[in-house]
Amino acid sequence: MTYVSLDISDLALAATLMLINGAVSWTFALGLERTLLINTVRMTVQLALIGIVLKWIFLQTSPVWTVALALVMVLVAGYEIVSRLTWRPKGISAYLLGSGTLLFVGTLATAFAIVGIIGPEPWYQPRYVLPILGMVLGNAMTGISLTVSTLLETANRERTAIEARLTLGADRFTALGGTLRLALKTGLMPILNAMAASGIVSIPGMMTGQILAGLDPIEATKYQIMIMFLIAGATALGVVIAGYAAVMLVTDARHRLRLDRLHAAKPS
Amino acid sequence: MLRADQLKIADLPEVSFEVGDGELMSLEGPSGSGKTRIARALADLEPSSGHIFVNGAERRETPAPEWRKLVRYVSAEPGWWTDTPREALSPDPSTQSAVIGLMENLGLFPELLDKPVSVLSTGERQRLALVRAFADDPPVLILDEPTSALDNRNANLVEDLLTSRLAAGKSIILISHDPEQIVRMADLRLQLAPDREPGTRNQDPPDHKNLPESPTSPTASAK
Repeated sequence: MTYVSLDISDLALAATLMLINGAVSWTFALGLERTLLINTVRMTVQLALIGIVLKWIFLQTSPVWTVALALVMVLVAGYEIVSRLTWRPKGISAYLLGSGTLLFVGTLATAFAIVGIIGPEPWYQPRYVLPILGMVLGNAMTGISLTVSTLLETANRERTAIEARLTLGADRFTALGGTLRLALKTGLMPILNAMAASGIVSIPGMMTGQILAGLDPIEATKYQIMIMFLIAGATALGVVIAGYAAVMLVTDARHRLRLDRLHAAKPS
Repeated sequence: MLRADQLKIADLPEVSFEVGDGELMSLEGPSGSGKTRIARALADLEPSSGHIFVNGAERRETPAPEWRKLVRYVSAEPGWWTDTPREALSPDPSTQSAVIGLMENLGLFPELLDKPVSVLSTGERQRLALVRAFADDPPVLILDEPTSALDNRNANLVEDLLTSRLAAGKSIILISHDPEQIVRMADLRLQLAPDREPGTRNQDPPDHKNLPESPTSPTASAK
């Protein structure tokens, strides 16, 4: 496997494309210059750091370090879920909900792929575990944050309708049934759309990477199909768990709607 | 019979009262005095401490959905979650026949059941919310401004319906913006502010118990 290596000047050339973003922001007075600069630096530094960290972890090939980095990824993704919510549960419950759900579905999907399908020796080889976990987390995170934010926003907007059902004797899952269905559907849309478009409209990132690195496109495709199934399964499980957890969070054991447990937040 | 013992909601002053079978208590006070919150707490929609009893059942010992079938709260702006009012009603045949009778009492044509909720007037929605709330005949009704969107004629129809419910032995708690309506309807008046004299007897209480039972009321003979 051979590929053309990039050096710093190649990256600098690519970075000039950010000037287009700057020009757009300036021309249309979008006021995004500062955000653009910060996010460009963030992206570059984050990716450079993860490159260094991954290189070091790949050299260790130790189960402890693999699991430690996996946990960090889960926590950061859980934090990211909460930061996307406009209506946010007070305290740490939202973080527990986000990270807890991701830990469960991330572990399950990755273990399924590593132990059940790929079977690398030893199982904790970071070059398999971490990219697969990363892709599962990234997609499940999107689905879960959409589900939870839709559920909490709809519960706020539809408060009188939900309480009308409660007053007539509905339990909390019945009263929030329509809200939960809408939230689950919203959370599942991105992965369903991605499945419909991938291969024709877009060639997914991992497959692109493998092909660039010289892997046979057929082999890369097989990996990609497996990953899509993993992501779809993990996202479906994740949105259902998070959706039910969010219903529990916004109601109490006396089947009351508890919007007082939320506060309005500016999503980042 | 509805009894509240040392009912306390957050920072509001504690209240205790008892509304007997066939009695109507008005809940009065300026905006912000907690009328709606007390009304909601009685239906256990808002956290509160203290005891609430309905015909011997205690709130905390009754599952919340069951409790709300005993203590039915109707909010000032009732919500709808379906396209038409009919879809929001129980398909149970006894409820269906009660609904038709109640709609007749409130001057609503049966066709309204299949119109989109979004095209109904505020007054029609308000009366349909009463129909929905009364259809399964709960023993205690908590009504938050039930005639706020109604003209005099329709407000009178609502008052007549309440009177027939009282004659059937139900207990009603009423929040009203209309002082004359309170004088006409209330057996008991609970003043939340400025002077809190819980459960003062109305000087001239109406005598619901001697009224003939309304023949159009589908459930008036249930008791």
